[in-house]
Amino acid sequence: MAEFSLIGKSVPRVDGVEKVTGKAGYAADFSLPGMLWCKLVRSPYAHARIVNIDASRALRLPGVKAVVTGKDFGGWTWGWMPATRDEPPVAVDKVRYWAEAVAGIAAIDEDTAEEACDLVDVEYEELPGVFDPEEAMKDGAPAVHDYAENNISVQYHWNFGDVEKAFADAYIVREDRFATSRATKGYIEPPATLAYYDPSGYITVRAAKQSPYFHYRHLAACFKLPLSRVRVIQPYIGGGFGGTKNDSLAGDFCAVLLSKMTGKPVKYVESMEEELTTSRRRHNMITYSKMGATRDGIITAIQHKVIADGGGYTAVGPLSLYLAGFGTTLPYKLDNFKYDGYRVFTNNPMGAAMRGHGVTHTRFAAECQMDMIADELGMDRLEIRMKNSIDNPAPGTTYTTINGVTLKTCGMKEAFRQVAEPYWHERNELPKKEGNISWGVGVSGAPYLTGARQMGHQACAAIIRLCEDGTVNLITGATDCGQGSDTVLAMIAAEELGIPVSAVISQKVDTSYTPADPGSYGSRVTVLGGQAVQKAAQEVKKQLVEVAAQTWKVKPEDVDIRDGMVFVASDPDKQMPFDRMARVACYSGTGAVIMGTGYSTYGLEPLGMESGYGNAGVSYSFTAQTARVGVDLETGQLTTQSFTIASDCGRMLNPLLAEGQIEGGAIQGLGQAIYEDFIMDKGRTLNPTFVDYKMPHSVDIPEMKLIDVETNDPDGPYGAKEASEASHVSTPPAVICAIHDAAGVWIKEQPATPEKIVKALKEKAKEKAQK
Amino acid sequence: MKSIKLEINGVQHEVEVAPWRTLLEVIREELQMTGTKEGCGLGECGACSVLMDGKTVNSCLVLAAEANGKRITTIEGLAQAERLHPIQQSFIDNGGFQCGFCTPGMIMSTKVMLDDNPNPTDDEIKKGISGNLCRCTGYAKIFDSIRAAKVAMAASSDGRGGA
Repeated sequence: MAEFSLIGKSVPRVDGVEKVTGKAGYAADFSLPGMLWCKLVRSPYAHARIVNIDASRALRLPGVKAVVTGKDFGGWTWGWMPATRDEPPVAVDKVRYWAEAVAGIAAIDEDTAEEACDLVDVEYEELPGVFDPEEAMKDGAPAVHDYAENNISVQYHWNFGDVEKAFADAYIVREDRFATSRATKGYIEPPATLAYYDPSGYITVRAAKQSPYFHYRHLAACFKLPLSRVRVIQPYIGGGFGGTKNDSLAGDFCAVLLSKMTGKPVKYVESMEEELTTSRRRHNMITYSKMGATRDGIITAIQHKVIADGGGYTAVGPLSLYLAGFGTTLPYKLDNFKYDGYRVFTNNPMGAAMRGHGVTHTRFAAECQMDMIADELGMDRLEIRMKNSIDNPAPGTTYTTINGVTLKTCGMKEAFRQVAEPYWHERNELPKKEGNISWGVGVSGAPYLTGARQMGHQACAAIIRLCEDGTVNLITGATDCGQGSDTVLAMIAAEELGIPVSAVISQKVDTSYTPADPGSYGSRVTVLGGQAVQKAAQEVKKQLVEVAAQTWKVKPEDVDIRDGMVFVASDPDKQMPFDRMARVACYSGTGAVIMGTGYSTYGLEPLGMESGYGNAGVSYSFTAQTARVGVDLETGQLTTQSFTIASDCGRMLNPLLAEGQIEGGAIQGLGQAIYEDFIMDKGRTLNPTFVDYKMPHSVDIPEMKLIDVETNDPDGPYGAKEASEASHVSTPPAVICAIHDAAGVWIKEQPATPEKIVKALKEKAKEKAQK
Repeated sequence: MKSIKLEINGVQHEVEVAPWRTLLEVIREELQMTGTKEGCGLGECGACSVLMDGKTVNSCLVLAAEANGKRITTIEGLAQAERLHPIQQSFIDNGGFQCGFCTPGMIMSTKVMLDDNPNPTDDEIKKGISGNLCRCTGYAKIFDSIRAAKVAMAASSDGRGGA
């Protein structure tokens, strides 16, 4: 791509050396002199009234410095929207899920803090609990929150077109129940923080947060301080994927309060068992899906009733439920759509955001059901998708869905074309059966949004300062939690300024100095942050060009910068290396301060959560995927042999990083499809370890072939859109449709474990025998 | 408390440890070498992998007292001054990590694998890191990194990535 010197190139990560040498500092790697350790006392009940807490025995243990309970936070509660602030930092009067924190301890070391936890006497009065969201909605079910009638945390009712008429007119109508599992983000770095409440009234924390500005606001509100007295410094982040590391945890709040009480810095590192027991996991959602189609396989109507297990508090649930509805009108044309969504409180751990947020649940249902319809019509499963796919709008035009989602680019059809030959069509030439293994191929399509909106501000800004040695400081509020945004943003700055990436020095988020930014979620950083950086860099370039024009007594429009040189194209005598021109600017006369600022202007429409109408993001990515899977017909054991993934992510700014995102998203999706689920017993997570909560290991990985479908979206820097969340969403249906192709059984509840497959095969055999 | 001797990355250390302290805790907390990470603390994720007398161990499962007199290599001991080990360079060049938290352990496991078997097949590569969880990459670029590292190491003068 001659038009760019860096964009589109596989530039290695800017944080590479730090990460491969062990120098990158994550939250738990920081320590301060005199530091205390915090541990939490957690509830042994999923639903119970707290009658009394007596910490006197714990306080008498040598080395214990302070204990906090829920009451010490003065009744403050928090939540995602003003109307849903139902969560205290630490439980006050009652606990609503198993292992909810009820007290925090500060001691001289972690072992002492842990020992002291056992010495806190908490008197509970156990309450009847409710653990199934459909049971929780029934009259007379135990109430998790008094304010929520029938335990309904949030509900939406949207109706576009006329589904009743469409179903009446349809040649074929199917109704099925699908369910997704209790999957979790599964990052390897457990949440951690090092907090110091300075006696003069300033909070400084280093915390593992993918959205540090959320935490900044939570702490200021909780401790009733002006924002300027809260400083969140972002360390390296060991993976995010939504949910827990977006939000603030009991350990975060306790560490700050314990620091305030003791005057010492306090460190909190969650154990992986605590993380997996209490983490804000993906909502498991039940989708009752009704789909109608014509004899030719045109999908005419979808009606979804979704019931989401929200767990004990609201958290980000309103957005999860909204996204589960909004996404159903993509990536296929649809004239009639009805959505009734219910997020329900139970005494399970909280359901919250995770990669593929919301969309994954209903897309799984719709993709499987499309195959069922295609099979009944005797139609090829790829053909039904090609027939229904939204076309790529002609440049300058927009496609609008029935619920007001607008697309300027859509590579869905092209992506299907790319996986068709040879991957889809050659499947019949590959062996269908080898011993007990029956092979099948599945195909799926999925959308995802770029730049999810929240209810609050969308701010995304950048500051670039030119230094006198010709480097630039790049300052943004964006957090790289592994996705590579520090690298991509540095590339954008370097591209615009005509300098190498090594001349861009990126600063990590420090809420005292970096511009406010909601954080890293909803695939927003590359596009929104990228535009901000692009504008800031253009501003710096303009100022430096003006200096050059004055120096050379030419017009600014005659000066350009490329490959580290400032030059006048028409006059070979007028050229100077970038760093020298930077010195000219900084040292001439009074000396200039060259600094550029920019902010994103994308995605300013308000989010239509009640109406369900309008955009959820700035632009939309699309993925087509095939999966070849072998099913052992005796044991139900699966072999995932290959994935082909064609992605329209607008333009890949850095193919090495974008591919890594797509592959990582797909494999996380594979985990959700066939392995991952928390086994629950009355609110208690029975498998809170990485052995029992099985995630994909190196030996489980299929061959992956990636295909880039470039569409160049006008609403993204250099045409970029989201990468990875669509492949995360397309994987579970591709795999589960492949299982059906292989073994003739539909596994409508994720994950498709060997046990479920064997059971389905037995039922199928029984039905066959009865016929 | 027990006094133990550890040779870590060629440097002798003598530390007083409680009997229940793990090698990981001693490395990270007593000696302040935080390159080795704690993920699960139960030997399931491999983030804390270090070399003990040339073999990979989950340092969270090894009691410090058991490591008495042993030779330990951590991620900090791999690069020679400014010069990265070929495995480290290969992970950078091939996108073998994202968040980087599993990376120190992943690289240590790779080192043992390639030291034991300089020319592993793709299946052997998969098995060689099967004790190390990575949630970000989907492993594909880790496999690429290891394949490239084995070529780079074979080309080095001692066949093990040395100068």
